[in-house]
Amino acid sequence: MHLTVHHPDAVTTRQNSQPTSLNHLTPGERGTVETIAASSPSLRRRLLEMGLTRGTTIELIRVAPMGDPIEIAVRGYRLSLRREEASSIFVKKSK
Amino acid sequence: MGAAVDIPVRRIAIIGNPNAGKTSVFNALTGLHQKVANYPGVTVEKKEGKITFDDGTSATLLDLPGTYSLNANSPDERVATEVLLGRREDTPPPDLVICVVDASNIERNLYFVTQIIDCHLPILVALNMMDIAERDKITIDTKRLSELLGVRVVPMIASRGIGVSELRAAAAMKNAVSARSRQWTLPAPVQAEYDELREILQRDGRLSEPLAFHEAAMLLTSPGALHDHEDRFSPEVIAHVKKDHQKLDFLGYDCQSLFVESRYDWINRICSEAVTKKSLVGLSFTDKLDRILTHPVWGLLVFLAVMSLIFHTIFSWANIPMQLIGGFFNWVGTKVVSVTPPGDVQNLIVQGALAGVGAVVTFLPQIMFLFLFLGLLEDTGYMARAAFLMDNIMRKVGLHGRSFIPLLSSFACAIPGIMSTRTIESRKDRIVTMLVVPLIGCSARLPVYTLLIAAFIPTKKLFGIFSLPGLTLVSMYLLGLVMALGMAWLFKKTLLRGEVPVFIMELPPYKRPSLRSVLIQMWERSLQFLKSAGTFILGVSIVLWFLASYPKIEHGTSAEQLERSFAGQAGHLIEPLIKPLGFDWKIGIGLIGSVLQREVFVSTMGTIYNIQDADKGQGNVSLLDRLHSDTDPATGLPTFNILTAICLMVYYVLAMQCMSTVAVVRRETNGWKWPIFQIVYMTALAYGVTFLVYRVGLFFMKG
Repeated sequence: MHLTVHHPDAVTTRQNSQPTSLNHLTPGERGTVETIAASSPSLRRRLLEMGLTRGTTIELIRVAPMGDPIEIAVRGYRLSLRREEASSIFVKKSK
Repeated sequence: MGAAVDIPVRRIAIIGNPNAGKTSVFNALTGLHQKVANYPGVTVEKKEGKITFDDGTSATLLDLPGTYSLNANSPDERVATEVLLGRREDTPPPDLVICVVDASNIERNLYFVTQIIDCHLPILVALNMMDIAERDKITIDTKRLSELLGVRVVPMIASRGIGVSELRAAAAMKNAVSARSRQWTLPAPVQAEYDELREILQRDGRLSEPLAFHEAAMLLTSPGALHDHEDRFSPEVIAHVKKDHQKLDFLGYDCQSLFVESRYDWINRICSEAVTKKSLVGLSFTDKLDRILTHPVWGLLVFLAVMSLIFHTIFSWANIPMQLIGGFFNWVGTKVVSVTPPGDVQNLIVQGALAGVGAVVTFLPQIMFLFLFLGLLEDTGYMARAAFLMDNIMRKVGLHGRSFIPLLSSFACAIPGIMSTRTIESRKDRIVTMLVVPLIGCSARLPVYTLLIAAFIPTKKLFGIFSLPGLTLVSMYLLGLVMALGMAWLFKKTLLRGEVPVFIMELPPYKRPSLRSVLIQMWERSLQFLKSAGTFILGVSIVLWFLASYPKIEHGTSAEQLERSFAGQAGHLIEPLIKPLGFDWKIGIGLIGSVLQREVFVSTMGTIYNIQDADKGQGNVSLLDRLHSDTDPATGLPTFNILTAICLMVYYVLAMQCMSTVAVVRRETNGWKWPIFQIVYMTALAYGVTFLVYRVGLFFMKG
């Protein structure tokens, strides 16, 4: 019943050991934060301060009806980000 | 008065993450003893109140803008940081900080608490929204939490008044809160550099301990900070920091991450002892709702339904008090006429002052209803979902999802739209939104559209279903919307370019709104509107009255009087200017009168065509006839035709003809620069597009 729009990048090889961008997760999938590769230092700091530090578990909850932004669960709360910001967050997918 | 000793009043600041219920706590502690102003030089709201303790003493309570961190990102956050660190000259630093923490989102909220603890500020934690935490099966041992943090913790549910007296009692205890030192630790090499830099700043830079602490962290963690603040530090400090960066980079330490990670590590340790989360069976309340409310189909349908309901309510309910207020001002007008001798003074009062004040106050119910609904949407948590749903559309014109609701609410009135842009973090996005919001078709334009459509658009049906008048009306609203989005895109590409658009938005759990908070906010905003627009409108209204009444002529109808007046002369004067748009001097007078408010056009036309009480229903019928039969004396052709009517409507869609909006934009941007720019660009746009429509129309009508 849940209609989700997948980002084009979502179809990739599934290697669990390699860090992959948050955009490659599908709703319901979890991962732990590896690194944040944001180009702007203030954006990087903001993401870190919102709790996306290394080793933190995040779950992709859903994608907005028009494919962007996305909603994630982190540290017990919900955060929405655009695909653009999500692409700089690298995670290790949990099995 | 004598020797009143200046006893320093205690200053307490309330701070916390957005969505932690800070405003509820503030309202619960102060009641209605609040005053709102602006911080000098910035467009950030400064809200102060008075808190009275059980022993009769009182303190000033300052509501600081919601912020996630002391590393400021937005102007709001910067003000909060500056006040806490004692950097603002207009606001002394607080003696006590009450940090409001959302119990259902404790980890991230505690991050901010650790930053305040590090500033060595006496702090009291108000652990708010315990009910939501309980709903989400989160249990917090507040005693243990308090021991581990080293600060006092008061559990509460501010929206229901639970824990408020405990918080007040805790805040009353002077010196009971000892500033605790930092308990989280950095890796040894980083720690060593950090300590060294802090000492240098304290010794050579003569910074206080907390300030040195904050500055040292800032210098080590943000690579850009050195460039931004070069004038603030001595060359020795700058050189030292550069060396630190090189050294730590070489050793492979990422300072920016480390400072945040170390804090979160400490928080994790605290939470593992003081907080237990039972895993929920099934979905949480918020998740269940979100499955519907952010669903691709149901979510958008519900969104449409909510918006339709709001508009329906505004237009049907607000109409009743609006008519009552209108009636009241008419009644006062007739009273004034009956007790004062006829003449200039009477006219000044009735047509100048009362008309102006009436114009502002009549729209108040609509504005208040909008504030009420916007407040409810925000307080329940739905506003963030609306932004989530609509962000993709807004992104395409370079704006934030949060700009959508201000745009939408401007279909009723631009003023609440402009005032609700305060939730937009980026200053540039906020200004762009304010600039384009008045292009959206507000309800004051409706009387103008109605009059012109009824007079000139044939009541035919197109393809058998769409009525031509209805279609015209919809087109006008669409034109406004398309222009607003187009101009937003253009401004973001040109004038207000540069800032990286960032959309990182918390989706707070749904909760029952606190009606008290929503009503207080509605009241405050409405007062602000009255204050910023009231006096301004009064002035403009009196000037317009003067222009329309002088110089006096001896005999003649009111139409002749108006034509000979300064306004009438101005109408003639601008005729060459508006001729290319197909407008004559009579319309010119109408345009001049509309400077105050768009719907004034209808009554001005009424006066010009010698119709009494043009606002009344039967008056309109005769005004329609007059508009139809009016001919140009020179050519014998009708002054008005369907093309003139369309051009006039297009002009009313795009031109800035609302002094209340100008006054509110001035207040919100803290200066005349943006409102003046807005008037200029909108007038130019209106002129250009109307000209185009007229020329194209003429071509087709001749052809």
